[in-house]
Order: sequence, then C-alpha cells, then structure tokens
Amino acid sequence: MVKQESESANRPDNTAFTQQRLPAWQPILSAGIVIPGFVLIGLAFIGIGVALFVTSRSIQVLELDYTGDSNGSPCSSCSQSVVTNCKCSLNFTLTTLFQGPVFFYYGLSNYFQNYRRYGASKDDNQLYGDLSYFTSPSSSCSPYDYDSSKKPIVPCGSIANSMFNDTFTLTWTVNGTTNNVPLDGKGIAWWTDYNIKYRNPSVTPLKNAFNGTVKPINWAKPAYELDASDPSNNGFVNQDFLVWMRRAALPNFRKLYRRIDASGDYQKGLPAGNYTIDIAYNYPVRAFNGAKKIVFSNVSWMGGRNEFLGIAYLVIGSLCVVMSIVMLIVYAKFKFPDEE
Amino acid sequence: LSSSIENHRTLGSRTIYVGHRPCPANEVFIPPKFCDNRIVSSKYTVWNFLPKNLFEQFRRIANFYFLIIFLVQVIVDTPTSPVTSGLPLFFVITVTAIKQGYEDWLRHKADNEVNKYRVTVLEDGRRIQKESEKIKVGDVLEVEEDETFPCDLILLQSSRDDGTCFVTTASLDGESNHKTHYTVPDTERDVESLNATIECEQPQPDLYKSLGPENLLLKGATLKNTQSICGKSIIAFFTGTILKMGKTILSKALVCTTLKYVWQSKPGQDEPWYNEKTLKEKETNLYLNMFTDFLSFMVLFNFIIPVSMYVTVEMQKFLGSFFISWDKDFFDSEIEEGALVNTSDLNEELGQVEYVFTDKTGTLTQNNMEFIECCIDGHQYKYRDASSEVDGFCVTDGPMNTVQQKAGREREELFLRALCLCHTVQVKEGFIASSPDEIALVQGAMRYGFTFLGLESKTMKILNRTNDVEMYELLHVLNFDPVRRRMSVIVRSISGETLLFCKGADSSIFPRVKQEEVEKIRMHVERNATDGYRTLCVAYKHLTAEEYDQVDSGLREARLALQDREEKLMAVYNQVETGMNLIGATAVEDRLQEEAAETMEALQGAGIKVWVLTGDKMETAKSTCYACRLFKRNTELLELTVRTLESPGKRREDRLHDLLLEYHKKTVQDAPPAKTRVASQDYGFIVDGATLSMVLNSSSENNLHDYKDLFLQICQNCTSVLCCRMAPLQKAQIVKMVKNSKGSPITLSIGDGANDVSMILEAHVGIGIKGKEGRQAVRNSDYAIPKLKHLKKLLLGHGHLYYVRIAHLVQYFFYKNLCFILPQFLYQFFCGCSQQPLYDAAYLTMYNICFTSMPILAYSLFEQHISIEMLLENATLYRQIGKNAMLRWGPFLYWTLLGVFHGLVFFFGVWFLFSNPALQDNGQAFGNWSYGTIVFTILVFTVTLKLALDTRHWTWINHFVIWGSLAFYVFFSFFWGGVIWPFLRQQRLYFVFANMLSSVSAWLVIIVLILLSLLPEILYVVLRKPRGPYARQKLVQSSAGGIQSPRSSARPLLMRTFSDESNTVS
Repeated sequence: MVKQESESANRPDNTAFTQQRLPAWQPILSAGIVIPGFVLIGLAFIGIGVALFVTSRSIQVLELDYTGDSNGSPCSSCSQSVVTNCKCSLNFTLTTLFQGPVFFYYGLSNYFQNYRRYGASKDDNQLYGDLSYFTSPSSSCSPYDYDSSKKPIVPCGSIANSMFNDTFTLTWTVNGTTNNVPLDGKGIAWWTDYNIKYRNPSVTPLKNAFNGTVKPINWAKPAYELDASDPSNNGFVNQDFLVWMRRAALPNFRKLYRRIDASGDYQKGLPAGNYTIDIAYNYPVRAFNGAKKIVFSNVSWMGGRNEFLGIAYLVIGSLCVVMSIVMLIVYAKFKFPDEE
Repeated sequence: LSSSIENHRTLGSRTIYVGHRPCPANEVFIPPKFCDNRIVSSKYTVWNFLPKNLFEQFRRIANFYFLIIFLVQVIVDTPTSPVTSGLPLFFVITVTAIKQGYEDWLRHKADNEVNKYRVTVLEDGRRIQKESEKIKVGDVLEVEEDETFPCDLILLQSSRDDGTCFVTTASLDGESNHKTHYTVPDTERDVESLNATIECEQPQPDLYKSLGPENLLLKGATLKNTQSICGKSIIAFFTGTILKMGKTILSKALVCTTLKYVWQSKPGQDEPWYNEKTLKEKETNLYLNMFTDFLSFMVLFNFIIPVSMYVTVEMQKFLGSFFISWDKDFFDSEIEEGALVNTSDLNEELGQVEYVFTDKTGTLTQNNMEFIECCIDGHQYKYRDASSEVDGFCVTDGPMNTVQQKAGREREELFLRALCLCHTVQVKEGFIASSPDEIALVQGAMRYGFTFLGLESKTMKILNRTNDVEMYELLHVLNFDPVRRRMSVIVRSISGETLLFCKGADSSIFPRVKQEEVEKIRMHVERNATDGYRTLCVAYKHLTAEEYDQVDSGLREARLALQDREEKLMAVYNQVETGMNLIGATAVEDRLQEEAAETMEALQGAGIKVWVLTGDKMETAKSTCYACRLFKRNTELLELTVRTLESPGKRREDRLHDLLLEYHKKTVQDAPPAKTRVASQDYGFIVDGATLSMVLNSSSENNLHDYKDLFLQICQNCTSVLCCRMAPLQKAQIVKMVKNSKGSPITLSIGDGANDVSMILEAHVGIGIKGKEGRQAVRNSDYAIPKLKHLKKLLLGHGHLYYVRIAHLVQYFFYKNLCFILPQFLYQFFCGCSQQPLYDAAYLTMYNICFTSMPILAYSLFEQHISIEMLLENATLYRQIGKNAMLRWGPFLYWTLLGVFHGLVFFFGVWFLFSNPALQDNGQAFGNWSYGTIVFTILVFTVTLKLALDTRHWTWINHFVIWGSLAFYVFFSFFWGGVIWPFLRQQRLYFVFANMLSSVSAWLVIIVLILLSLLPEILYVVLRKPRGPYARQKLVQSSAGGIQSPRSSARPLLMRTFSDESNTVS
C-alpha cells in the first residue's frame, strides 16, 4: 500500500473542472434580499404604471366608423351597391384642440391579413426590383400571378391585389370658410421598407420596367402611377403600398394613412371646429362581415393609446408590494429562520 | 471458434490431418471443410455502411417520426419549409452515423489487430510467418511465451523438458491461475515431419471443455456494450412524455382543423375576395383538403417534440459520464486505474437503485487470503511471532480446551505435509495458484517449517523442518470442482508409500471420513466460520498397491473417454475419496475490502436493500455479513437453508412450506405499517442455493407462484438478504426475479469475477470491480470501479446528481416546448386557423438548437443542488429521489401548468398590447412578425431566466451559457434582421427586431411579462426556503446522530475483523 507519487498516465486530472469542484456561486434568495427587492420592483413598477396610465389617458383618440351597414349612416348607400367611385362624407366636430401631432389611421375589422396563404402570396424578389421576376412571378402569388391572358401581374399576389384603396380628404370648416387640412403621406411606412426592402427597378422612366406586365386586377392604376403628385412615391416604394404590405398581426387592425401636416393653423394639432371627411368608398368589406373606420390619434413616447400596459404595470407592481408584505409577515412569524 | 461452432453441427467426431499431410492411401480422402480463422466483430463494411446504418437509424421510432414529418413538409404545402425539420434531422443522423462509423472503425482495427497478428506456422519443415486469419485447421503453430493463442490448439511439443506448458485463462474465465497442460503423449520429437490425424469431438460451446482463443469472449463482451441499453426510468418518462406531447399535437391539430372548417362554413369566411383560392385548391376534394390541413397543423405543432431533445439527452449522458471516469476519488493507486464507464446510458439509473446484489469474495472481501490458524486432531494452533517459541509453532487453547495440549508431532507433520502436497500451486517467482486459498495454505505451512520447493518432472519437493528435502512422486491430481468442493492428490513417497491427500469444504469431507474423528474438529470449524474465516478440512488415506493400480487404470480410462468424460472422472473421484482419515482443518481469513462496512451502511441508510449472493458456504458468508454491518446485532435472522429444512418426520417440501408461511407472517403480515417503521424489527434472510432451487422449481402442484411470491415478499421485507452456495446462474435468477417483481425496482449487481457476469448482465446496472479475478466482470459491466468503497460515491454522489440533472433536463425540455408552441396554437384562433406560423422559420428552427439548449445542457452537466460532500454524508438524501420521485405526476403537473401559464401570458400579454398596433412614437404600426418576435423574445428570456432561477450552483460555465445564450439571441436577431438574405424567398424579419427595440412599449411589455411569468416561480423559491436544501440538511444532520449511534455500538465487532492484533490474541 505504498502510495506512489509518480504521475500515472491513468490518473485523472486533478482539476476543478474534472472533479466537479468549480468555484460556484450559490445564490440564496433570503428574505433580506427578496423583500426589499420586491418592494423596490413593486414601487418602480407602480411608478412606471402611473406614468403609462396618465400618458395613455392623455392621448386623444377619435374613432369614426364609416362601413355604412346601418341605414342611417352616411356611407350606407356606398356599402350597399357595387357602384364604383362612390363618394360619401363624414362630419365631426372638435370642441377643443386635438393636440398634435395628429395621426390619421384607417382601421379594418374581421379582416385576416394574417392568413397563411394570403401572407405568402407575394414575391419579395419582384418587390426588390429584380426584373427577372417581373416576367415570371413566383408561384406563391397564384392565383394572382398571371391574368387571364397569361400576362404577368406586377406586383403579384393577394396582398398587393387587395391593397386598401379608399381615399380620404379632410376639410375644416371655421367661420364659414372651408379649409383643406394638409395631410402628409411621407414617413408613414418603415424607413427600412421604403429605402431597402422594397425597390423599384432602376429603369427610367419607371413605366418602362412594367412593359409586358399588367396591373393587379383590383387596382385602378398601375403601380408606377400610384401617386401622381410625387414621382418618388410610385412603384413599390409608394408609402400606402408599403403600409399595406406590412401585414397586420390580428384581424382587427389599424394602419397609418396620413399625418396631419403640422403647419399653419395646424401647428398645434387640429383646432376646434367642424370637420368633414370626404371618402372615396372603394373597398368592399361587407362581404366578409368586416368593418371600416377612421381613427385620429396623437401619440406619446409609448406610441398610441394603450391602457393595457399601464394597468399591467400597476397590477404587477402592487402585486409585488403585497407579496413582499405577505413575505414579511411569514418571515416575521418564523423569525427569519435563515438570518441567524 | 464461435463461427465453427455454428457451422459444424454434424454429430460424432471429426478428423483433422496434422500438417495437411495426406492420409494413408487406403482411406478415402474427403477434403474436410473448416471455416477460416478470421474474427469479425465489426458491423459494417465500407460498402454497406450507408444503407445499413441509415436503416438502423430510421428503425428508431423517433427518427422515423421526424423523417415522416420531413416528408410531409416536402410533399404537402405546409407553413414551414422542410428545412426547419430537415436540417436538425440531418444533423442528428449525421452525428450518429459518424459516431457509429467511428466505433465500427475501431472494431475493424481491433479485428485486424487480431486477424493480422503474425504467427509462426510450420509448413513442410520450414517456419513461415502467417497472418492469424490465414491459419487453417490442421496447421502446426509455434507459440512463444506470453503470446496469446490465435486459435484452438493441441499441444504437440513444449520447450520444457517435461512436456508441459502453463496457460492462463484470465481472459476467458477470469481465473488468473496458471493451468498446466501436457503434450500429447507418444508424439515424435520431430514435429516437422509428424504425420498424424486427430480424432476430436465436434466443437462445443462449453468454454471449460475446450480452450478457445482469447478473443472469443472479448468479442462477446464488446458486443454487449454496443447494444443500446437505456435508462429505464428516464426512458419510460421520455416515451411517456413524447406520447403525451404526441397526443397534444394530434389533439391540437384536430381541434384546429375542425375549427377551421366550422369557421369556414360561415358565409364569406371560406374565401374572402381578398384571398381567393387557386384553381388547384378549388378542385381538390374537401376531405383531401382537410387531411392536408391536418398534416399542416401537425407540422406546425411538431416543434413541441424537437429532435434536439434527443441530441441534448444523448449529449448529457455522454458528456456527463466523463465525470465518473475523471473522478480522482475513484482512482486506485494500487492498480493505477480509475473508474471505467462502458455505457453512458445508465447514469441516472445510478440514482434510482433500490436493490444492490453483491458478490462476496473479491467484492466485499479482498480475496487476499491469509492463513490464520489450523486445528490438528482437535487442537488449535495459532501462528504467533516466531520469537515466542523456538519452533514458531505455538499452541493456544481453544475455548473448549481447558488444558493446553499439542497434537502428536507425527500428526503435526503429516498435516503440514498434506498442506504442502495437496494443491496445484506452482513455484515461479513466488507461488502461483488457481485460488488464493491454496497459496495461503502453502505459505501457512511454510511458516510452520514445511516449504514447498516446487514440482519438477512429476516430483514434488518439500523442505521439512530439519532442512531436509523430501521428494514425492506426484501420481494424480484429482482437480477441484464446485460440485465435489474438494480436491485430492495421490503421491508416492521415497519409501514407496502411496498416499492420498484430500482437502475440501467441511460438508464434503465429513461424510467421507471416520465419524469419531469429526466431532473433535467440527467445533473448531464452526467457530472459525462464524469468525468470518474460510475453513478447509484436510484428510488423508493410505493406498495399497492394488488399490492404487485400480485407481490409476480407472483414472486413465476416464480421461481418455470421448463421451461423458466428466461423469466418468467424477465417478472415479468419488470412489477414491472415501474412507479417509481426518487430520485437521485450516482457517484462512479473507479480509474485508477497504471501507466495506461503511459502504454497506451508507447504502442501507440510502434505503437500498443489499443482497449478498455468494458461492461460499453459509457460515463464512454470514460472518462477512456481520462484519459488513449488513446484519446487525439486533437483526433477527430467518434461515431457509438445507439445515433448517431438515426436520424429523417431515418431508422437506412440507417443511419448506411451513417455514415460508411462518416467515411471511413474521415479516409481511405482522410488520407495522410503513409509516411507523421507526421501531420495526430488522430482519435478515438467509437462503442457500439448494433451497432456492426448491422454491423456484417447486412442482406446479405446490402452487408454484405462491412459493415464489411468498419468497419474494419475505425477501423484500428484510433489510438484508444473504444467498449462499449460489451457482452463477442462480445469481442471475435471483436478480431477474427481483427485477421483474412488482414495481419493477431498479437493480444493481456488483461483482469482480467471471461467476458474477451473469448477474451483472441481468441487473439494470452492472458494476464490475477491477479486482484480481481477471477482467471478465469489468468487460461485461456498465461501470467498473477499482474498489467496493467507490460504490458509495458512485450511487450517492454521482447517481443522485445525474438523476436530478436528467430529470430536470427532460421536464424542462417539455416545459419550454410547451410554452413555445402554445402561443403558436393560440394564434390559430386569430388567423382563421390558417396554419400561419407565429414565429419566423429561423426562430422555429433555432429555438431548441441554439437559443435555449446550451443553458439546460450546462445545467444538466454541472448542477449540484446539494454538494457532493453533503450527499455522501447524508445517505438518507438518496431516499428523496427514490422511486422516480422527480418524474412522477406531481412534478409533471407542475411543469405542465407552468408551461401553460407562461404560454398564455406570452400570447395574451402581447395580444392586449396589439389592440393598438401603433407602438412607436412616430405613429407607425407593427405587423404580424413584430408580434411573433415580441412573443419569442419574452419566451426566450423567460425560459432562460426560469432555468437561472432553478440553478443553484452557478459556475462560470453556467454564467457564460445563460448570459451568452441571451446575448446570442439578441445578436442573432439583429444579424438575421439586418441583412437581405439572398437565399430567402421572403425577408420576413427584415429590421423587425431593431424596430421592436425602438419601441418603448415593446420594451415595457417584454419586461412586465417576463416578471409576471417568473413571479410565481420566485415566490415559490422564496417560500420553499424554510423547507429548502439548507433546512433539509439541518434536519438530516440532526437525525444523523441516530444513524451513527448503532455504528459506534458495533465497534467491537468491527475491530475484531479489522485489526490484526485481535486476530492473533484470542
């Protein structure tokens, strides 16, 4: 039994790792840490919650449904018929200033932009400006890849084809004069979508790139003529198109339509007064029991109005505080068994 | 050779022509067909590797399932690309194929080493170097010292003058002794021109009758280890979980498909104008569509059973087993080896052992024999230091002898001569023998003045007390065998006297000697046996010339017999070994292994039942049990042996019946209910081989099942069970019986010799001790350790940790995939059940592979919820994980609820947030991929932090992988969303993650939902605190006193077996 000190080749390495003796931190959630920690977290959460709640409350929101499914509503005639270029208008009154910046959304209900087939029905290469995909769109666009005369549709697919095509103009009537409220359509889509993800083919004029293709079946104008007023807002980088192409997560959604241009009378937002929205009613939603609405909203640092976050923070913050009190009682009863 | 055993089943004997010389012309020459000498243990060749291996792999149900899912994805238009399941599957299959290919390459290499081994063949008078695989039957080989035999051989010529050679069969049967083999008598000296034929028996599978090549058994052993043995409890849970998950998938897919069609039946919902179907879709049959939808949902939810779970579990087992072989506590400086892990599939079973079956000799005891005392004609002789008496031979009084007495000098010398002659010891740099007992006896005789000098050409030389050399001609050796339990030699002294010396177990000697001599000796023998010594009785007999001639011819005839050789020999042996004179008895101590008692005590403290299965006699085994603290002072022993069955006026069967009923009543019916076990009586149960076979093979009329059940119930209610006089197969029978009993407990067998192999193979976990009896047990074991004492750390330390780790691993995997897929499922209600994935394909694929796999792997490798020292100190901690405690309904429910809760929180938290998707301060709205990414971010952080809360042993590796995984997720998301990937058809995630981070609301919702998810967990951890590990340790420490006290009271008994002084001073 003479213990030899000579290192045998078989002798296991005596390292902390192999012997499972790595120095280890063994955190112990003791009452001394947990209770103050919970109180702190709880108070912080309550603080954030209050801030969120107050902020959310301060956000003004004006929602106007214009589906027109009830007879009395202004757009009922448009919704009933299949008349094209139907026009209707909505009136509303602001008694106080609608604090700016004001955002103009349109909202759809029971509209499933998140259908799988629907979502796949586009060709990102085409939308990236790759001309080879103009002539042969991806099969995922089917049945909107070719029209009846076998000409390729650009932009192809269900999403593009079903692009929202109601248009709105907003007028402010004050002292008998009617003013057009200037709407800004720039920067309503993601910056990266506008600048990188979507690209027009580098062909001038843009129209030539679309030779041999047809516009989507439901579109009134081809892609290169979407915005007559601004040549840089045409083709695939049209802001409205980009907004539409970013699919909504849930069947009831809103999308940004315009911002109220903060200039002149509207620097501080929408002043009090009577307003009229003239709607070019083109988009049918009654067939699938959908609804359309217009939403005016201003935003804060947390985005649009959302009471959920504030309430969640308040509830969980107070939960933490209550729990710390409960724990305090429990530990007081057991005389802090691990604090000895 | 094994292959030849298979191939030549023709009856009768066969003829081999030595040196391939043609037979005499008058015989008809039929060229015999023999197989070659190649050994093939490899499974694949280069050509069949791919198809065969793939076939083998896809035979596994899991792989097959993933293959089907992959095929569905390829064929049907499914929400996710085939890559998401194809890539992991490909990875798993490739890794496994490489691993198996490598293992097979090693086998090829080992085969080649044997097959290409150079051997010298004598052919036509010349020495030719040949490869071992090219040896043909009939070749004449030359084998040098220390070489292994490349095939079965017949010894024709030896370099030794006496025509003998010594062969060790350690690799065959574990016996390290040197066996003597003799050349075939009457062969010509000139082998080169030998012309002979050999009539031999057909090959037999019995190892002990023919000598096979070394590799025969090695091959079997290697093959055993390549079988996939899997941990029972984990696998059961594993399959159970997967089945549950599978059912979840099926039911979810069914629910979704049904909902989809119910929902679609409403007007306008099936095909709104904005989402028209393609022509193909319109044309396909409704039911086919339904089926396709169902498959699509399956594919979508199939991520709940990730391929990576298998990979992670396999990795954990494989890597985790290194900690056993690396453990320096298992290193034995004597044999310069540490523990060996033959299979890593059973790591966690080590934490679930309920029954330990241990061998005695070599396992509990050292198999290192020491001559303690002898008894001649009823007088006890104990060896003391040579200084005490001139002749070094002192007499002490046994307890029964009142007067100091010595046997006559003549008897003393006869006894010592018997010890010197009756053995098979060889002298070669010390003594070499088949059993250590023999060496101990020869050494004992040496101490008393009689030295065995060696055997030379059938002459045994002895140096006697007066330093004269005595010569004896060795006429016959009647070898030891376990049935006779004795051996004899017949020698002729110089004076021409023919003597037979016989030594053997008391039970086999006493009936063969004069009865009046027995009584004097019996007491000594029994006392020695209770002291834990191995006893042998020595007898002799004079043979007259006629008697000897008769014996001689009988033996020769029997040895040359081709049929029933064993039986014939046995008959002659039994005939000779009768009417002998008993001279005395010897006592040899078989020392306990280091810390054997402490180890056994720890095992019992851990709630493990220890059964000793030994071939030894009851008294010896019983004393070892006492010494090992398996039986304690207050243990009531229940005996079911041949001795207790013998009762006047009763048939043994009836007596057996009565005893079984009586014991059953005592241990099972009268036992207090399990809860109040504090004061219950300890029972020890002793059974012997003969009785056991009566119990197991009792004829059917005696309601066989009753006996077996009764027996099993008695055994299970005893703290320790001792089975003595066991044949190797009976050991396995016992193990099998317990293994298959109610509740199918996890069994562990530990042994060191070839006779333990059967039980090592039979038990769930087989442990081999790297002892002196060869490597047989080690090769067939799942784990091999150098010493018995290492079993404690292996079970209580490693086993406990492995179990906790892997149980947590499996459940955590289940949980994290449940809360991964649940939002995916819920999303179907909000997307018209259209199989729209919530998460991007990259996230779906990477979730289990990259984002959440490393922390749990690190956890499952390094977690020590209780430190190893603490586990070893408090054996009772082992009971807490017994009976698969962590994988039962309670914990499973907890994890399920947690997973469901988290899934709901993730999905609906974000759902509420998305009631207004304008979440940025520039008024822009978020889309569906933002939704999924927010949910996914919360998910990854929550499941990782949940693991962080569970981790109680934070090494730098845990820190690294936990924080690293989270950082990697963030980094990956930026990277994945930051580039337009040319190979992707859709750039779904382009800048989604970055945009998400630019929204304060997204940050706030992520934080609050993570906290909300973890709140119950934190609360649980905090409130559990008083019952947590520390309190538990305190509790155990206070009760440890109760464990220690009996140990201290047992000190005297331990001292007696451990210290040398107490053995010499009586």
